[in-house]
Amino acid sequence: MTEIKEMARKIRMDIIEMLTMAKSGHPGGSLSAADIMAVLFFDEMRLDPANKDWSERDRFVLSKGHAAPVYYAALANKGFFPREELLKLRKTGHFLQGHPDMRKVPGVDMSTGSLGHGISAAGGMALAGKIDKKSFRVYSLLGDGEMAEGLVWEAAMAASHYKLDNLVAILDYNGLQIDGACEEVMKSSPLDDKWRAFGWNVLEIDGHDLKEIKEALEKAKNFKGKPTIIIAKTIKGKGVSFMENQAGWHGNAPSSEQAELALAELKGGELG
Amino acid sequence: MTKSEEKVIKIATRDAYGKALVKLGGENTDIVVLDADLSKSTKTADFNKVYPERFFNMGIAEQNLIGFSAGLAAVGKIPFASTFAIFAAGRAFEQIRNSVAYPKLNVKIAVTHAGISVGEDGGSHQAIEDLALMRAIPNMTVLVPADAVETDQIIRAAAEYQGPVYIRMGRLAVPVLFDDTKYSFAIGKANIIREGKDVAIIANGLMVAEALKAAEELKEQGIESTVVNCASLKPLDEETIINAAKLTGAVVTAEEHSIIGGLGSAVAEVLSENIPVPLRRVGVKDTFGESGNPEELLKKYGLTAQEIVIAVREVIKQKK
Ligand SMILES: Cc1ncc(C[n+]2csc(CCOP(=O)(O)OP(=O)(O)O)c2C)c(N)n1
Ligand SMILES: [Mg+2]
Repeated sequence: MTEIKEMARKIRMDIIEMLTMAKSGHPGGSLSAADIMAVLFFDEMRLDPANKDWSERDRFVLSKGHAAPVYYAALANKGFFPREELLKLRKTGHFLQGHPDMRKVPGVDMSTGSLGHGISAAGGMALAGKIDKKSFRVYSLLGDGEMAEGLVWEAAMAASHYKLDNLVAILDYNGLQIDGACEEVMKSSPLDDKWRAFGWNVLEIDGHDLKEIKEALEKAKNFKGKPTIIIAKTIKGKGVSFMENQAGWHGNAPSSEQAELALAELKGGELG
Repeated sequence: MTKSEEKVIKIATRDAYGKALVKLGGENTDIVVLDADLSKSTKTADFNKVYPERFFNMGIAEQNLIGFSAGLAAVGKIPFASTFAIFAAGRAFEQIRNSVAYPKLNVKIAVTHAGISVGEDGGSHQAIEDLALMRAIPNMTVLVPADAVETDQIIRAAAEYQGPVYIRMGRLAVPVLFDDTKYSFAIGKANIIREGKDVAIIANGLMVAEALKAAEELKEQGIESTVVNCASLKPLDEETIINAAKLTGAVVTAEEHSIIGGLGSAVAEVLSENIPVPLRRVGVKDTFGESGNPEELLKKYGLTAQEIVIAVREVIKQKK
């Protein structure tokens, strides 16, 4: 776990560095998902960066596509492309698009960016796995603001109807979206009851506790007959004190001064 | 190439679709079929009867119909997603745009009940703008079969092609025009189904039969028509369109779709940039449809051979 803890720290620092260079992008929802992504990509998922199209690989769909920086940092650190590339995020002609693009970014399984789409496509992937009786699993990360999208619930209904127990949704439950607190913009709680009512196995964890994340993923694997959602309580902007729990840091890149402060905190901080 | 007027058999393109799917399903086990609670109408129920393990009803959830199809395609399946044209191109436009076309996924959006010929269900169900929407999306191939024979060939071509395809079919039984042993559809190719020097009538869908009728009538008036079946709306066979315009010097388009954004617009774009000749567009004149008997509605909305004849006479008058 200490390795994964270090990886989560590295991913957070990469997020700050790439967003600073890009001068735009989404730090809050990237930082909140760093621990989840570290466990997924460095412990849980079966991937082979040397053979990125390996048909038996586990799939990942970033339904909250705006958190591309945390995804790209995980992929780069995993070896899908050189880490230096991260610093060219969002630049004209560079392959690292503002939102995940499966045709341009090595390791990306589905293009996303329009909220609600990812979990639907992830459902289709899991269904394909079931048709062919394959053992790969499908993971999808969603935002809590995203819960307002009707398509999420269409997908939730279909995934339980087709008993897609090879599908795991992880909800980055950070309480914030663009215009403020999710509970004020559009109340979606109680989410545990909603997902349960839609026929899902529901697990609730601290989304910054690596052990809890790992255990929940394990439980999901052993649960048969229903898809699982892990509702992971998180802090938006986690790891950078001035970004934590601030809706304003949803979609603004730090200045180089702010980045310096953030990186210093991340370097010295006790995370995970 | 076309069957004689006498022995007209009528088959809805949706019926031909159901049969084509069953045939292809036996040949290629990667083909899966999804529907949104309209399988009896879209005829995907035919496939469900034979291959229930590869048929998935997504319920009345068209956005998710497309999203799941995208995911299936991303893992190597060839999904045919079916519902009515209005609910695919309309309700699920952005899923088609962002989850299918943008990543160039191998999804076949095979819709039925397009156009005014839906009939009694009325304007809410009569997609007259779907081709405009689909044609504007990069990476999208847009196909509009004219009869049952062409539908069969188009479904096969779509399955063999790698990438997103929108296939627009109808509810109404329409004349079988082609002989499968002689007719050959190819993506990106228009078919010249009649040759004449005075005017070119470029049509697709059920208006191809009307174009042929119009050509017969015009012949009696001493006007010789070229008739082009432009089933491949995108990619468009620009060469054939330009050559037809060169040969005849006057063009009429005919489609069961709004004259805004469909075949008429596409042909106008090509002609105005390459060979500006007099042009008339027969189609739905920027208006919604309504309930009624399909044949009566087609007349009411000017989707007839008669309307094509009038347009031809006008356009010929304009020739220099
Ligand atoms: C369909 C759609 N509508 C709007 C947006 C613009 N948008 C990007 S992020 C966002 C807020 C997302 O909030 P949340 O899901 O809570 O994500 P997180 O807090 O994890 O960043 C919005 C509205 C979008 N990307 N897609
Ligand atoms: Mg949020």
